[in-house]
Amino acid sequence: MINWFETYFENALRIQPEILNSIWETLYMVGTTAILSGVLGIILGIILVVTETQGILENRRVYDFLERSVNAFRSVPFIIMLALIAPITRLLVGTSIGTTAAIVPLVVGTVPFYSRQVQNALLEVDKGIVEAAEAMGSSPLEIIIRVYLKEGLPSIIRVSSVTIINLIGLTAMAGAIGAGGLGNLAIARGYNRFQTDVTIVATVAILIIVMISQVIGNYLVRKTSH
Amino acid sequence: MIELKNVDVTFQDGKKTVKAVRDVSITVEKGDIYGIVGYSGAGKSTLVRTINLLQRPTSGSVIVDKQELSALPPKALRTARKKIGMIFQHFNLMRARTVAGNVAYPLRKSGLSKKEVNAKIDELLELVGLADKKHTYPSQLSGGQKQRVAIARALANDPEVLLCDEATSALDPKTTSSILELLKRLNKQLSLTIVIITHEMQVVKEICNKVAVMDDGKVVEKGDLVSLFTAPKEALTHEFIDTATHIHQALEKIRKHPTLLDLSADDVLANITYVGESTSTPLIASLYAQFGVTTNILYGNVEILQQTPVGNLIVVLSGERRQREKAVAYLESNNVKVNTIDSDQTVVSIKNRKVS
Repeated sequence: MINWFETYFENALRIQPEILNSIWETLYMVGTTAILSGVLGIILGIILVVTETQGILENRRVYDFLERSVNAFRSVPFIIMLALIAPITRLLVGTSIGTTAAIVPLVVGTVPFYSRQVQNALLEVDKGIVEAAEAMGSSPLEIIIRVYLKEGLPSIIRVSSVTIINLIGLTAMAGAIGAGGLGNLAIARGYNRFQTDVTIVATVAILIIVMISQVIGNYLVRKTSH
Repeated sequence: MIELKNVDVTFQDGKKTVKAVRDVSITVEKGDIYGIVGYSGAGKSTLVRTINLLQRPTSGSVIVDKQELSALPPKALRTARKKIGMIFQHFNLMRARTVAGNVAYPLRKSGLSKKEVNAKIDELLELVGLADKKHTYPSQLSGGQKQRVAIARALANDPEVLLCDEATSALDPKTTSSILELLKRLNKQLSLTIVIITHEMQVVKEICNKVAVMDDGKVVEKGDLVSLFTAPKEALTHEFIDTATHIHQALEKIRKHPTLLDLSADDVLANITYVGESTSTPLIASLYAQFGVTTNILYGNVEILQQTPVGNLIVVLSGERRQREKAVAYLESNNVKVNTIDSDQTVVSIKNRKVS
């Protein structure tokens, strides 16, 4: 078994520390982006829901502006987004290369997608429940926290797990601009240097990360649905 | 308790202007169970929503407990809403909260301690008969149970008023009557003023003391239940009453069965309506004894409305014409209304053709 592995995964075995480091980089990018996009996406998703026509804080102008921005940003292919916002990245983190620098485009790429997902998740909350809360004298903020977020939690978790899986895909692409991580490993080593075994290891590592986030997501959805 | 004055609600739907409520004025006294009936689209749900300002009237004023609600700033309005309970057709319970959690929802910031809130929940669940379901989630409850939880939740802040928007429309007849029983009990026990929106006259008949009939945004007729039931003025009111007394269906049935309706020249089909005391006098017997007119009862229905019996009979009166007319006059003099029904299906009132 060990021999077989040594024969076919020669390169991968040799660069074990580098693989571990790449996994760590991927997790770091995914984790940080998830937290930042999570906060921003939920806020924007909520604003989209409450400002739409018949919403609890109906505001056509805010809604239209956000709606269009989200659509516009979602339409830009991520690989182009990376290049497009490089100047902004440099402004924010001082460099446009590296793991931390990748977080800026990752957030910009994830927030529109996620806020749309959150919006849809919150729209699943029965309008009648919102109306009942209004009838009971709840303020808009109370309705957002105690009704929308509380009732929409299982859906929010579901879309978050979808978004995280999506995000893992984006981090691999960010590898193209020297962001590091498993994507970079698979391309820079596996592909460019014909070390296919490294590509396979990187793929398996990504698959495992995806599966773990899916399992956690499903578990939390089940736990919060009644 | 509740006063709606010249309430108008207009929706702007693109270029179309929809007048959902037109110039409605209604006064609900403390302790009333006020029914508002109408077909779907009549504007009843919109009207009831103006009472707690979920729907702001385009014009007119809404006064609840001497407070002009439309003049209140948002915060004061929210405080006022806590004293107006509301229940809905689809219950609108929060799925992510247990029964106790739902009932506790409106009690946040009510100044009660955790212990007091808990005691309040127990008291309310006891009141609606669901003490054993405290830690259950709504998804595990039946429709009737969900509505009971909704009622408990609506009563959490000890409101003076309870608004019911088609609260029994999604329930089966048996559950409907148990919910109506509960509402009736709450009305007595807590001297709760209740406004009920429904399309079922049955519901109104069962518990309301006052009724308003709505059509196309307007209140076409209103008054206390018994007088509306016994002397409806509008065709629509008639229609709704028919649905509750089944007189209409009975007539159809009789017409379709020629054997039931084998009328000779001396026979006449009539609908007899009586209210209250006249119920206890043996009128039918006296028709034969005094006028020699026999009465064949084809269909009978007695309602008890607010402790007043209201009877409806479909009969065939047989006898010589003059005798028959005398008999009818006798009935009318005893406060019994008689409508003869022609075989060509039109109902002719002979009230004005009194024979001396």
